[in-house]
Amino acid sequence: MKAGIVIFPGINRERDMAIALEASFGAKPRMIWHKDTDLGGVDLVVVPGGFSFGDYLRCGAMAAQSPIMRAIHDHAAKGGYVLGVCNGFQILTEAGILPGALLRNASLRFLSMDCHLRVERADTTFTRQYRKGQTFRAVMAHGDGNYFADDATLDRLEGENLVALRYATKAGDIDPEVNLNGSARSIAGILSPNLRVLGLMPHPEDLVDPLMGGADGKPLFDALAAA
Amino acid sequence: MNAIVNESLARSFGLSAEEYGRVLAIMGRTPSFTELGVFSVMWSEHCSYKSSRVWLKQLPTKAPWVIHGPGENAGVVDIGDGLAAIFKMESHNHPSFIEPYQGAATGVGGILRDVFTMGARPIANLNALRFGSPTNPRTKRVVDGVVRGIGGYGNCVGVPTVGGEINFHPSYDGNPLVNAMTVGIAAKDKIFLSAAAGIGNPVVYVGSKTGRDGIHGATMASTEFSADSEDKRPTVQVGDPFTEKLLIEACLELMATDAIVAIQDMGAAGLTSSSVEMAGKGDVGIELDLDHVPARETGMSAYEFMLSESQERMLMVLRPDREDLARSIFDKWDLDFAVIGRITDTGRIVVRHKGVVEADIPLAPLNDQAPLYTRPTVDTPKSEKLNPARIEDRFGLTRALEKLVGCPDLCSRAWVWDQYDSTVGGQTVKRPGAADAAVVKLEGLKRALALTTDCTPRYCLADPEVGGAQAVAEAWRNLTAVGARPLAITDNMNFGNPEKPEIMGQFAAAIRGMAAACEALDFPVVSGNVSLYNETEGKGILPTPAIGGLGVLDDASQAVGLALPPWLDIVLIGATTGWLGQSIWLREIAGREDGAPPPVDLAVERANGDFVRTHILNGTIRACHDVSDGGILVALAEMAMASGIGARMMTHPRDIPGHAFWFGEDQARYLVAVPDHAAFVRIAEAAGIPAMRLGTSGGQDLTLPDGGSISIATLKAANESFFPTWMA
Repeated sequence: MKAGIVIFPGINRERDMAIALEASFGAKPRMIWHKDTDLGGVDLVVVPGGFSFGDYLRCGAMAAQSPIMRAIHDHAAKGGYVLGVCNGFQILTEAGILPGALLRNASLRFLSMDCHLRVERADTTFTRQYRKGQTFRAVMAHGDGNYFADDATLDRLEGENLVALRYATKAGDIDPEVNLNGSARSIAGILSPNLRVLGLMPHPEDLVDPLMGGADGKPLFDALAAA
Repeated sequence: MNAIVNESLARSFGLSAEEYGRVLAIMGRTPSFTELGVFSVMWSEHCSYKSSRVWLKQLPTKAPWVIHGPGENAGVVDIGDGLAAIFKMESHNHPSFIEPYQGAATGVGGILRDVFTMGARPIANLNALRFGSPTNPRTKRVVDGVVRGIGGYGNCVGVPTVGGEINFHPSYDGNPLVNAMTVGIAAKDKIFLSAAAGIGNPVVYVGSKTGRDGIHGATMASTEFSADSEDKRPTVQVGDPFTEKLLIEACLELMATDAIVAIQDMGAAGLTSSSVEMAGKGDVGIELDLDHVPARETGMSAYEFMLSESQERMLMVLRPDREDLARSIFDKWDLDFAVIGRITDTGRIVVRHKGVVEADIPLAPLNDQAPLYTRPTVDTPKSEKLNPARIEDRFGLTRALEKLVGCPDLCSRAWVWDQYDSTVGGQTVKRPGAADAAVVKLEGLKRALALTTDCTPRYCLADPEVGGAQAVAEAWRNLTAVGARPLAITDNMNFGNPEKPEIMGQFAAAIRGMAAACEALDFPVVSGNVSLYNETEGKGILPTPAIGGLGVLDDASQAVGLALPPWLDIVLIGATTGWLGQSIWLREIAGREDGAPPPVDLAVERANGDFVRTHILNGTIRACHDVSDGGILVALAEMAMASGIGARMMTHPRDIPGHAFWFGEDQARYLVAVPDHAAFVRIAEAAGIPAMRLGTSGGQDLTLPDGGSISIATLKAANESFFPTWMA
């Protein structure tokens, strides 16, 4: 599998993502500029975190209009893999590739801390190196991570088993106390119906090396590399 | 706008009668309105360092690893592997009081530019913050705005904020201190400097457009505050971190080519100081045509263009044959790029606007004849050394500890850190609160930098010379406590009105103390900033020479944190006399703020620190925390709270009263966790280092030799409640 990272102006976690991808894939990912119109034959498109266009409009709204988005739409429509993290998740929802929206954190403050994510299904290419129901640690760093969708959409996501990850206690309990950004039904990450697109707010790419405090995020990238 | 230029106008621009006389002598005529503006900002305290330069010269600035000391945009030190660390700390105090969010945000933006203008990719931000009393209703709003501003800017540009310090004191009620520090990395043979060269070379403006914001900000930063300071809100600039991020990427992309001859950011005094300094350093002349400056507003005058402090702007001198290459890079990043002038051989700055010469000033006297004052000084009277036996403890140890770990100066800062992205970049080895210094690895290498900011203003007030030395020593100690080799510091000298002899005396004494410590610890000053006139209504702040320290670890995996592991022996390194003067215990528990501060013995400091570092790097020491505010027991509680592991203390010297032993603030001390206290103490004693076993880690309580005990959970509850409760 060949991976590429899309760079919008204001994206700032592309280096973290490149390090994580290279560690698992054994090759440097391709860097794709937002004004390009071609993905250069990559199998996995990663939209990383940051503040695309400053997020001065709704988060991700400007990036969703960039030239490269047409190629990403086509890639997803053809069943290609797409991973959107943090601002990348916001961009995918603004582009309509994933449903829902990310609102301001319920506290109205930026949240920078570790969180625990419960794996809701382990039969996807992204999550198959985790066990269903287990939790893993990831880094939260966002001001707008409060997942929102109307009840019908949430019911459909749950009904079709498309919730990939939820905020949980270390032991795996769903608890409003650890759903710090206030996300609907504690949702941290969701999948497309074909299970090829994953969007999530926390950063697995910042915990892939024990030296940085843990490698809980590495199985996600290892699993993709092996696909 | 073009008022009649005379002495009275000059005074309103902040120039004294004598200084205006000097302007007339240099010009040989009455200056134009724009020229007067140029002189007034270049000769402001903020830009000219006219009150502080004579003292700053006493600071040691050299070491074999120093590549560029003070005088450039930031200091540069060799860190091995062909790389250089570039770093500096700078204040944004006055703007942060008037408009806390934008004041702090643009402080971060400004210091970032000082670092990447030299060719470095910024890899870490830190800060040193001082706020008024939490009981002052205004303080809460200032803290909230400053924290949001630092986060808002740093998080967006994608530079992790990895460390900092916060103090509260009523002396900062009307004058908070916001000191921001940036550290960047560059190849050591690819450092960009600001001296212009090449007659005829284009002078290029890049970044944001110029507006009327921030005009005379440098002059505002050079006067005392008064009750109507809020009227100065228009002099505070507005930050745009998105543009800054683009500017970082575009400049670094251009710097990978050979296009740039010289580059400088437009900081305080904007286009004026950048063009004057670049041409002055290069001993050349410069011509600017303001018609080409990208403008955000219409109808701006030459004076406004020259003095605007609009943010996110850079000035460059390019090789003429690389202009198109450079333009294509800035086009890619959708940033303005404009040739606004040429380098000349005239030795003058000539500014044209709409075909009219608005300023024509000889650069050499503008730079060289800037005022320089040796202002009168008065020494701070020495305070008496307190006898701990005469200070009664009516509180008890565990009760005092619970109160101390919950007080504003010692409580958990998690509420603050949790709003700063500390992990972006993927190289943060020790996050805020995990160790005495932040540790940030260099991408793709084993090497890491250790970073800290330190100052104990209450010591500086009681004895500025001891306080100056202590600030440097504590920075050195904090770097040592993670296992790093301390290399150099940046200083941010925050003081009151230098025209008052007692304030200038504080400044001079602090410099003396800092110089002695830098010398003794091989820890030179490579960059810095001076912020004077930190007074409101004639009331000065505590003297606050904030120190930003940088050290290096050859292997990031050797860094230790402060979290106490279970089942290890806890050993105290360094001698204890029970020094209570100026201690936090004395202030918070006994309600007194008196006595001499603890003395700093620099030879002992060095010996103890070198010993600790050696035994961190050889793997003996598993956790380490320096003993500072609150003494041994607070340090121990901080280690215990970080891991959730308790400890049982066994010994306690009989010749020192308990409260003085456990809460005294003698210097040059560390708490370390080691597997075998007997062997470790033996090695220390053989090396002449005072070492004393205090106890053993384990369990869920902190138990003292007198049988007193407190649970880690109780301590954490006390420690973590202040900020969230106050800010709720």
